[in-house]
Amino acid sequence: MVVDLQSAVPEPVEVAGVSYARGDLAVLEDIDVAIGQGRRLAVIGPSGCGKSTLLSLIAGLLEPAAGAITVGGGRSPAERLARCALMPQRDLLLPWRSALDNAGLALQNAGVRRSDARRQAAPLFEQFGLAEFESTSPAHLSGGMRQRVAFLRTLLAGKPVLLLDEPFGALDAITRLELQDWLVEALEVEPRTVVLVTHDVDEALKICPRVVALSQRPARVVLDAPSDNVTRDDVLGALRS
Amino acid sequence: MKKAGWVAVLILLVVAWQAYVSLRGIPGYLLPSPADVLRTFWNDRSTLVSESWVTGKEMIVGYIAAIELGLVFATAMHFSETLRRAVSPLLVASQSIPVVAVAPVVVIYLGFGLLPKIVLIALVCFFPIAVNALDGFRSVDPEYGRMMRTLYAGRRTIFWRVEAPWALPAIFSGCRIAAPYAAIGALFAEYAGGSGGLADSIRGAQLDTALVAAGALALTLLALALTGIVVLLERVFVPWAHEAR
Repeated sequence: MVVDLQSAVPEPVEVAGVSYARGDLAVLEDIDVAIGQGRRLAVIGPSGCGKSTLLSLIAGLLEPAAGAITVGGGRSPAERLARCALMPQRDLLLPWRSALDNAGLALQNAGVRRSDARRQAAPLFEQFGLAEFESTSPAHLSGGMRQRVAFLRTLLAGKPVLLLDEPFGALDAITRLELQDWLVEALEVEPRTVVLVTHDVDEALKICPRVVALSQRPARVVLDAPSDNVTRDDVLGALRS
Repeated sequence: MKKAGWVAVLILLVVAWQAYVSLRGIPGYLLPSPADVLRTFWNDRSTLVSESWVTGKEMIVGYIAAIELGLVFATAMHFSETLRRAVSPLLVASQSIPVVAVAPVVVIYLGFGLLPKIVLIALVCFFPIAVNALDGFRSVDPEYGRMMRTLYAGRRTIFWRVEAPWALPAIFSGCRIAAPYAAIGALFAEYAGGSGGLADSIRGAQLDTALVAAGALALTLLALALTGIVVLLERVFVPWAHEAR
């Protein structure tokens, strides 16, 4: 089952003094965040504060106006892009591909043959509660199932760092709780460095051992603490200030 | 029953037409009855079939040329903002060119063979195909690009794996819109350039109105056949577009 592409070694991420502006609009201001190798960090903040922008910056899809971002040994956008895989809020599964072929998308993009991509993706379907849905088309999967396939697609890219952009934001409350447990389990089997963007405080505290809260735009870090040392109210208080 | 509603409407129209002609005693050269048209269609079937063969070939060749051109243009415009800005107003203008007016000119330049017909048919069919394809490419959620880039995809991979398949339903609807245009384009091209096609029956027999109508019927059937082929291909190639979400 172990294949180079999917047995990635987690790498640390460091965001140092990063600012970013879109035209005249200051989005991020002097953000300092460090995530240790294989650790999980939740970034929480009001909608539109620039959380997704922060992920794009880490992934090397955008360049900061000031400051530096390091992912593993990489500083340049291309080097960062090579180390990060992004999971967006909506599953973005391709309706003409089966669930299994959607999960193997990154492998095929990297030049792996379709049959080999399927062979690598299939054991994960067994392991993570998707057995027997391999050939189902996305239109016939439930929201929770689709999100699982989307996560496996991200995982199978074999990148050391996973950037999860409100991955459960579009799900109903019960499915969301279920998938949060599922995600924690999956990450124990397949450890990665994770940055999870969410606006759900409980989700942040449940999945990640450390939480960073961002203010309204221009976003600054208003709280950076281990999840064990803070309560829901502490985080909400920091967000309100 | 709901699906067959159009059959009932069609029968009703034909019966009303027949009744109008028979009961009012309208002379056949003014308005032939449906029975006259069908009788002429049957009696002249060998001429109509051989003419349909000629016109049908022109339509298919011109139509395929339009699809190829339309897709090439749409793809180029999708990749180049500059090209899109430079060409799209001209594209819209090209759609307003009256085919009837340019047909004789095209014939003067290209002669009386197959080529001027193909050019005219391609001219009328090109626009809906190109515009729909371009809309299809551009309707892809940019989040796909953001995600795909982190999954080892370059610009080309994003086009072939996401944008092109995504645009297929739009491309097919452009083709469906363009199919009847191919018939109209063929008729005008034949008017201007003589051919052995259906225009011979339709225009040649000005006072034999039943034959004119029979020729028009044959042309309609060609347009419907082309549309039918496109719908069939769409079912085969884009089954996912019809799945319930």
